[in-house]
Amino acid sequence: MTYKTKNKIIHRLLVTLAWIVAIIFFFPIFWMVLTSFKTELQAIAVPPMFIFEGTLENYSLVNERSDYWHHAINSIITSFGATLLSLIIAVPAAYSFAFSPTKNTKDVMLWMLSTKMLPAVGVLLPIYLIAQQFGLLDTKTVLIVIFTLMNLPIIIWMLFSYFKDLPKDILEAASLDGASYLQELRHVVLPLSWGGITSTGLLSIILCWNEAFWSINLTSADAATLTSLVASYSSPEGLFWAKLSAISTLACAPIVVFGWFCQKQLVQGLTFGAVK
Amino acid sequence: MLGVELKNVVKAYEGTTIIQGANLQIKKGEFVVFVGPSGCGKSTLMRTIAGLEEITSGDISIHGEVINDTPPSKRGVAMVFQSYALYPHMNVYDNMSFSLKLQKVPKAQIEERVQKAAKSLQMTNLLDRLPKNLSGGQRQRVAIGRAIIREPKVFLFDEPLSNLDANLRSNTRIEIAKLHKRLEATMLYVTHDQVEAMTLADRIVVLNKGVIQQFGTPDELYNTPDNLFVAGFIGSPKMNFIEIDNSQEAKHIVAKSDLENKGSVKTVGVRPEHIDLCEKEEADFTGTVDLVEHLGEYVIYYVSLGNEQLITVKSIKDHLKVGDEIFINSADKRFYYFDNQEKAIK
Repeated sequence: MTYKTKNKIIHRLLVTLAWIVAIIFFFPIFWMVLTSFKTELQAIAVPPMFIFEGTLENYSLVNERSDYWHHAINSIITSFGATLLSLIIAVPAAYSFAFSPTKNTKDVMLWMLSTKMLPAVGVLLPIYLIAQQFGLLDTKTVLIVIFTLMNLPIIIWMLFSYFKDLPKDILEAASLDGASYLQELRHVVLPLSWGGITSTGLLSIILCWNEAFWSINLTSADAATLTSLVASYSSPEGLFWAKLSAISTLACAPIVVFGWFCQKQLVQGLTFGAVK
Repeated sequence: MLGVELKNVVKAYEGTTIIQGANLQIKKGEFVVFVGPSGCGKSTLMRTIAGLEEITSGDISIHGEVINDTPPSKRGVAMVFQSYALYPHMNVYDNMSFSLKLQKVPKAQIEERVQKAAKSLQMTNLLDRLPKNLSGGQRQRVAIGRAIIREPKVFLFDEPLSNLDANLRSNTRIEIAKLHKRLEATMLYVTHDQVEAMTLADRIVVLNKGVIQQFGTPDELYNTPDNLFVAGFIGSPKMNFIEIDNSQEAKHIVAKSDLENKGSVKTVGVRPEHIDLCEKEEADFTGTVDLVEHLGEYVIYYVSLGNEQLITVKSIKDHLKVGDEIFINSADKRFYYFDNQEKAIK
């Protein structure tokens, strides 16, 4: 076998492998969307049905039973609000970590990250009690605060790595040109790392949107997000797969569409600095 | 008045001393070049003057005013970086006017100063372009323009030509020389290229391991180097050094010289261009040609003297080949002598 044919075979094998992995990842989502168009009976049929007469019944039932838009707006407000708040805190933090590091900067950053290693349920009780004391249970405020705290370490780390990649000379040139820290941030750092900041923001929005643990535990009606709505369908009266699939599809749809539109930005941001 | 003065400037970083007590007095309007091998501290020294690095001790003054604690932008210095360091998201006009905008200079005045600088650098047609749409040479001109527009007391150039190709480099070198003449400003220039140093400088600072080895005119450095390092660093090809201990020929040279205190000579230096090819009977040395480099206008012979001693000879006579016997002497006896402290004996 020549070197060339060998390479070709390896290449084809890799492509096939990539497709298999992609299909495995995608299949549950595909199945969820498919199930949402089935009747409850079709949904639990054995063997599973791939071809059937579709129905929109689940969607109209879901719409009747619960206020989708109320939850969707809560999701939008909490995820965008938390992302904005996180960025307002994280940009200056990452800026100072990246450009005025001290001896302890590394330790502080690692410590920050280590808070992510704690299981969320470990702090459920104290946070629940604090929220209760402040009268914040079932409010969007508590979700925004919790989402912010939850994502802050990752956001700071991501921004830190984008800032670190900025050429130092340019910042020095700005300081020679008479820019204060704030002016440097506004006129040089922010415009140059805009791609990184937006993709960090996008990631944060997605993480907040998909967050379920805190939404389920801290909210009930007023501030409940789409994830809590989905959870409410796995109800004591038994599992209704088709309806659950319909509501899940509705919960995922906005963020998937949003992510699709921002795809280019997201990929660019996540691979930023990987290739010089 | 002095343009820039350094008094016992020390820069240490995490226990390593990078600049070991630098003293310099640079006149106003002087073009001073800092040269030295990589890691000698020349860039650090310039960055301390710019204020990008704090000094550990000592004093730096510009126009008689101590500026140790003055922020970079208030020192009256402008710097041209090796990487140009242009703001990639701003067009040429904004790049050049950024400092003036920060100082809140009126718009009309900014416009006037940008146009004037752009005109002097022949880039009025480039003002609305982004840096990524400029060639290396154009970027370099923008970087210089950005410095000029601030009308600084001192210009700092940190290896500004090292990213340019050879042809552009020599052109830009001439541009910078003209600029200096026109502005009559104090300019400090870091390079590792000694052609740049020798051609641009009024005076050169030679640095090695954080210590200033010599500060003098290009002529002084070439003709009367203070020590072995400067002698070896300035001049191309490098000066030949012959240890007195292990060579009869070296003793022969010392004997021939009119030096009074010959006893303390440890090393003799002779520049490749001061060695002549001669007839056998006039020869100080006889050797074999190891390698020949033809450079067009002259030839460099690497000569083996048989006792592991290698000598470089620069000559316009190009008839010898590798393996040929070569007879050489130094007719005008231009030798350099160094003692065991590597100091020049003059």
